[in-house]
Amino acid sequence: MSSELKVPTMAELFAAGKQPEVLFWVGCAGSFDDRAKKITKAFVKILNNAGISFAVLGTEESCTGDPAKRAGNEFLFQMQAVTNIEVMNAYGIKKVVTACPHCFNTIKNEYPGLGGSYEVVHHTQFLKSLLNDGRMVLEGGTFKGKRITFHDPCYLGRANDVYEAPRDLIRKLDAELVEMKNCKKRGLCCGAGGAQMFKEPEKGDKDVNIERTEQALETKPEIIAAGCPFCNTMMTDGVKNKEKEGEIAVMDIAELIATAQDL
Amino acid sequence: MEYLPNVIFAILLVFGIGYFARNVGRLKRNIFLGKDVDVSDNKPLRWKNMAKIALGQTKMVVRPIPGILHIIVYVGFVIINIEVLEIIIDGLFGTHRIFAGLGKVYDFLIASFEILALLVIIAVVVFWIRRNVIRLQRFLKPEMEGWPKKDGNLILYIEVVLMLLFLTMNAADFQLQQLGSAHYVQAGAFPVSAFIAPLFQGMSEANLIMVERIAWWLHISGILFFLNYLYYSKHLHILLAFPNTYYGKLRPKGQFKNLEAVTNEVKLMMDPSADPFATPAEDAPVPEKFGASDVKDLDWVQLLNAYTCTECGRCTSECPANQTGKKLSPRKIMMDTRDRLEEVGKNIDLNKGTFKDDGKQLLDDYITREELWACTSCNACVEACPVSIDPLSIIMDMRQYLVMEQSAAPSDLNNMMGNIENNGAPWPFNQMDRLNWSQES
Repeated sequence: MSSELKVPTMAELFAAGKQPEVLFWVGCAGSFDDRAKKITKAFVKILNNAGISFAVLGTEESCTGDPAKRAGNEFLFQMQAVTNIEVMNAYGIKKVVTACPHCFNTIKNEYPGLGGSYEVVHHTQFLKSLLNDGRMVLEGGTFKGKRITFHDPCYLGRANDVYEAPRDLIRKLDAELVEMKNCKKRGLCCGAGGAQMFKEPEKGDKDVNIERTEQALETKPEIIAAGCPFCNTMMTDGVKNKEKEGEIAVMDIAELIATAQDL
Repeated sequence: MEYLPNVIFAILLVFGIGYFARNVGRLKRNIFLGKDVDVSDNKPLRWKNMAKIALGQTKMVVRPIPGILHIIVYVGFVIINIEVLEIIIDGLFGTHRIFAGLGKVYDFLIASFEILALLVIIAVVVFWIRRNVIRLQRFLKPEMEGWPKKDGNLILYIEVVLMLLFLTMNAADFQLQQLGSAHYVQAGAFPVSAFIAPLFQGMSEANLIMVERIAWWLHISGILFFLNYLYYSKHLHILLAFPNTYYGKLRPKGQFKNLEAVTNEVKLMMDPSADPFATPAEDAPVPEKFGASDVKDLDWVQLLNAYTCTECGRCTSECPANQTGKKLSPRKIMMDTRDRLEEVGKNIDLNKGTFKDDGKQLLDDYITREELWACTSCNACVEACPVSIDPLSIIMDMRQYLVMEQSAAPSDLNNMMGNIENNGAPWPFNQMDRLNWSQES
C-alpha cells in the first residue's frame, strides 16, 4: 500500500517550476517516531486520495525548535527558526499544514517575529476545510455509533483555541463523541509538552499521562482520538499501563479518516 | 469642644488615607523594579478585557459556587462604598445622614445596602466553611500554611464585623428615629436591621445614641483599617485586578516571546560578513542577562501579577503537575515572587534607596529547580486564573536563566538539545533520513 504514497518534495517541484498549494510540515515525530510515522502516512494517503497538491521539505526540514524553546534554550530555538525560515522563504511558501500542534504553534505564532509569516493550519483544520469545500468526501460506516473521546492537545486547544475542527470531523464519522471530565479549555495535559517528552518526570504520585488516561477511560470509549503525535504516544502508554490496549485504540484524527475512507 | 469629633475624624481620615497612599507609592516603586515591557498596544481590547474579566467577573463564575458568592461580596463592597461616602461627609461636617434629602431614593439605597450586607454575611460564612470545615483541597497546599491561611480567614472575620457594625448602627438609628430623637432624621428603610432593633427595646435615648455612635466610629475605623490592611494581604487584588486584567497577555497562549537580545546574537552568527574575531567596541553595552534568576529580571507586568495574586489556587488545582503530586504549584510561583519582591523592597527602604546585595535570589532561595522543571507549559494555570495572571511566563524566564546562563538543564534535556543542534531533531537520527518514512511499508 505504501508504494502508492506520492510524496513530492519542495525541491522536486521547484526544479519543475511548480508551486504546491500547501507545504506539509511533517515534524520530527512524524518523520522518525514509528507510531507517528503512521499518522504521517495516513494524512498523505488522504491528501493523495483527494488529489491535493502538496509537498514536504524532506531532508531540508529541521526541528522547529519548540522543545528547545520550552526547555529555555532560546538560542537554539532561534537558530532553528531562522534556518527553517530561510528555507521556507526561499521556496516562497505561503501556506503550511502540520499534524503536530507544537510545530503548528511555533510556526504560526513565533516564526512571524523572526521573519517567517505563513498561513499555518493544523491538519484537522485543513481536513475540515477540504470537507467544507467538497474536496474530500467522508462517510461514517466504519465508526458508526462507536464511542470516541477526543483528547485536546494543549498546544492546539488552550494555546490556540482550536477545539471544534477535530470534533466536527469525529461527528462526521457518525461516531458518538463523548467528552472527558476535563475537556476543551480545561483539558488536561498528556504530560509531554514543555519538553517533558524528552526527560523523566519529576517525582510525584503518578505520571500525568496515567491521570489523563484514567479520565479518558471514565468515558468508556472504544477509541481515544488525538490530534498530536506526542499526545498519541502518551495516551498509548497510558492505555498499555492500564492493560486495555486490546479493547481501546488510540488513533489520530487523520488515521480515523484514512480508515473510514478505506485507504 | 463642640468640634472635637469632627477634628478627630479628620485626623483619622488623613492618617488612614495618608498611610495607604504611602504604601501605594511603595507598591508602585516595587512593581517598576521590573524590566520595562511595551504593553501600549491594542487599547480597545485591553479595556474590553478589563471590563469583562475584572468588572464583569466573567472568569469567576467558571466555578459557579465560589463565583456567585464572590460576586455578592464584590457588589456589596462596591455599593456599600456609597454609604462610606455619606459617613465621611457626616464625619467631617457633623451632619447626620446627609443624603437623606434624596427621599424615596435614599430609602431604596439604604434598604439595598442592608440586604447586601446580609448577603455578604451569608457568603462570608459559606467561604469560611469551605476553608475551615469542608477543607477544600486547594486551600490545604503547603504554600497555604501560616500567614496565607490566617490572612484568608482574617479577611472573612473583618468583613463580618464590618457588616454587623453597619447593621447595628442602622438598628440603633432606627430606634432613635422611632423616639423622635433630635439630630436623628427620619430617613432610610431598614429591612434587615429592623430585626436587630428589638434588641434595643427599652434602652434609654442616651444609651441608644452611645450604641449608634460606637457602631458608627468602629465601622469607619474598621474600613480605614481594612484599607491599610490591603497592602499586607492577598486582598490587594480588589485594586490590582483592574490594571492586571488590562495589561494581561493578548497574544495566543501558546505564543512565547522571542528574546530580542538573542535575535541580535543569532543575526550576527548567521551573517557571513561578520568578523568573528572582532573585539567589542569599548562603549558596547554590558551583555544582557538571559532569563530571570531574581525579581528584577522579570518585567513589571509579571511583578504586577505577583501583587495581584489572590492565592485562590485555581491555577494550582488545574495544574497537571500539581494534580499528580509534583512539587510545582503555579500559585506558589506567584507567592514566592511577591515575597521576594517585598524583601527586595524592604532592603531598598533600609538602604536609603539602593539595593544592597543580600546573597539571596528568587531562584533556589524561593523557587526550586524541581518546581521549574516539572512544568509542561500546558497553560492550564493561565486559563484558570480569574484575573489574567501568567505564572507560566515566570517559569519560562527562569528556565531560560538555568539553560542559557548556567547550562543547568537536566541531562536528558541536554541530550535532546544536542540532538537538535547536530541532527535537526530531538532524537539522534540523521537529518538525511528524514524522508525515509515515505519509502517504508
